[in-house]
Amino acid sequence: MAVSFSRRIRSLAPVLVLLALCLVIASTNSNFLSVSNLIRLLSAAAIPLVLVMGATFVILMGSIDLSVEGVVALAAVAASMLVANDFTSLDLGFVALPAAMLLGGLLGLANGLLHVRLAIPSFMTTLGIGFACVGVATAILGGFTVRISDRTFRELTLGRLFDVPYSVWVAGLCVLVAWIIQERTRIGRWVYAIGTDEHTARQVGVPVERTRILVFALAGVFYGLGGAMSASQLGQGHALLSQGRLFTTITAVVVGGTALSGGVGSVLNSVVGVLVVIVLANGMVLMGIEPFVQQGVQGLLIILAVSLALDRSRLAVVK
Amino acid sequence: MSVLEVRNATKRFPGVVALDDASIRVDRNEVVGLIGENGAGKSTLLKVLTGIYRLDEGEVRVNDGVIELTSPRDAFDHGVAMVFQEQSVIGTLSVAENIFLGREGEFIKGGLIDRGRMNEAARVELAKVHLDIDPAIRTEELSFAQRQMVEIAKALSLDSRIEGDIVILLDEPTSVLEKREVDLLFEIIRDLKDRAAIVFISHRLDEVLAISDRIYVLRNGAVVHETPATDATVTELHGHMVGRSLHHEYYREQRQSGAGERCVLEVKGLGRTGAFEDVSFALREGEVLGIAGVVGSGREALARCLAGLLPPERGEILIDGQPARLDSPARAVGHGVGFVPSERKAEGIVTGMSVCENVTLASLADFVRNGFIRRGDERAATQGWIERLSIRTPSGRTPIASLSGGNQQKVVLAKWRVAGSRIVILDHPTRGIDVGAKEDVYELVRDMTGEGLCVLLLADTLEEVIGLSSRIIVMRDGRVSATFDSPPGGKPNQVDLVRAMV
Repeated sequence: MAVSFSRRIRSLAPVLVLLALCLVIASTNSNFLSVSNLIRLLSAAAIPLVLVMGATFVILMGSIDLSVEGVVALAAVAASMLVANDFTSLDLGFVALPAAMLLGGLLGLANGLLHVRLAIPSFMTTLGIGFACVGVATAILGGFTVRISDRTFRELTLGRLFDVPYSVWVAGLCVLVAWIIQERTRIGRWVYAIGTDEHTARQVGVPVERTRILVFALAGVFYGLGGAMSASQLGQGHALLSQGRLFTTITAVVVGGTALSGGVGSVLNSVVGVLVVIVLANGMVLMGIEPFVQQGVQGLLIILAVSLALDRSRLAVVK
Repeated sequence: MSVLEVRNATKRFPGVVALDDASIRVDRNEVVGLIGENGAGKSTLLKVLTGIYRLDEGEVRVNDGVIELTSPRDAFDHGVAMVFQEQSVIGTLSVAENIFLGREGEFIKGGLIDRGRMNEAARVELAKVHLDIDPAIRTEELSFAQRQMVEIAKALSLDSRIEGDIVILLDEPTSVLEKREVDLLFEIIRDLKDRAAIVFISHRLDEVLAISDRIYVLRNGAVVHETPATDATVTELHGHMVGRSLHHEYYREQRQSGAGERCVLEVKGLGRTGAFEDVSFALREGEVLGIAGVVGSGREALARCLAGLLPPERGEILIDGQPARLDSPARAVGHGVGFVPSERKAEGIVTGMSVCENVTLASLADFVRNGFIRRGDERAATQGWIERLSIRTPSGRTPIASLSGGNQQKVVLAKWRVAGSRIVILDHPTRGIDVGAKEDVYELVRDMTGEGLCVLLLADTLEEVIGLSSRIIVMRDGRVSATFDSPPGGKPNQVDLVRAMV
């Protein structure tokens, strides 16, 4: 039982890190725990949460998805062109939301199909698709920025319920949906089975290929939604609006304690991971740390997190 | 009525006939024992029964109908469930989720899994194997024996879900169990006879005799003996398993060198928890020390330990009388130990590289001057060994992957000769290579010992270990159970060895 005890400690580590971080920041800056700052934190966490819900399943499966930024950018541009804007004459309102999710899902499907059918590592297919998406978005706009004039679409992220932005509620809903998928559906079970031991999963009849493709498509749907939310929040759509999202997403998943090798972790872990990343960034701003130093700290954080989360006793070869 | 039947099964692999017109039958409410030496065809037969291999000739009948099994899942759906030796439960899933993995359909309502109902159903299956655990806990929290029971429970879950009877194949189920757990397993097997037919495969003949109703003995891919368990004795079964006499010529016995004066490797009280305990022996120059033992006897771990892959926890290793710490392969190589692993493709050769690059891999430092590899020297050295070992390859630049298994094995040996190894550990050196190449390997073993090297041998068959070795230690349950001298013309008897093994 010694193993399972150390594993339990390890699984609690992200929560402890989050609490420690909050304590340190709160003790140096009284503003940190103010209601307005907490709401600001949640609001900053909303879009990363949505993105992370998709990425977690991919990583649980032992794959990786590097297409986050590209898919988010293309979905955001698409959404911004479907609502009232200064680039197209369309004004479809909230149709933009499902449209962006559908687009994201199709791009995710492409990720999955290329990965599985052509047996290309997901690292490469998703890197390629992500790059291609940024390229397409840039080509469509030619460097131009779409400005959104649809007030109600902007309300999606800016409007508030009980003083908390809608975007936070949307993110909460996404976490709930992802959690149900993880806990209560076959896909959720199979993701763990494949991530832990694909060979055995295949032997007992788990449709490994279909599951892989579906999980990439599902991740794409979350990225699509994240893209629409980005457009709504910024009031614009352009090819570079998702810069930095990939790093935050992967960092949050890993910091939350989901193993890159697959099989271990949970969407709830990733919620904690997002909060760690966001709280750290917020805290450094409050403490007046220079932006470039902040970036350095985040880079070190991901390495530290992996070194804490990894169960090295099971590794024979490190690649 | 037979639940499972294999008729006239033949399965060929390049250079080997793995199954040779073998027929077995398993009746309802019966436990059938299946025994045979390594390489007798047991595992091939199991792979046929679980749909991994297709037969070249012959047929598989389940519940009196001929079927073509295409995958383990397919076999499972037909009621043939295998409890794997290397377990196939997924640690991160719960017990219930493992039992119904891939078959969650019946618990789905509105797209969601009804966990409560699944756990209830799992509890019913767990009760059949007297396992009183919460079906919601993760399987990685369970002991090895408990996980095995979960696998059996998974097989039994077929009981109410398919038509016809179910067959459970137990492959070496007792090899890692404690005595108490073995007794429990046997109790459960006797219990299960009411609802399933069982095939029990084991090296431990006393266990096979105790639990089986009927026993088949396999040898060289053929069924050589069938007997009701009540009429059989351990000695008689040994005789049938072993069967043949030795060919002195085949193993180059006349070239077997006597042990030299110098003791090259000495091991004192070596131990590693869960693998082997209190192993001591000495190896002199020119000697071949054979280590015999069944799967789980600890001999594989011992070999890997001396190769620096699995550091010992207790005891001492002396090389040339000096204490040596072999806690990494690099150190072992530094001490002159060369390891020829049984997994040739995975550990013995680097498949992407050429013959030459493989030969010099362990001693590359000797071919470097001023930081650059001197390819000319490298090639010349390789060419020399290609000729000495008559490795059949167009040139040193040929990719090693395009060579036959036997020639690849010679390259592995050349690698250690070039590196100047004096202790060569051969882990199943002739596994998966054809007969001619085997004789070449035997010849090379004699060459090496003739030059004063010493060899530690884990052989594929008893015949091989007896034929090649100058001395044999037998391991059982992690300890040395017997030592035999094996001089030319005075070779020990296979039956004596088997007696010390099981």
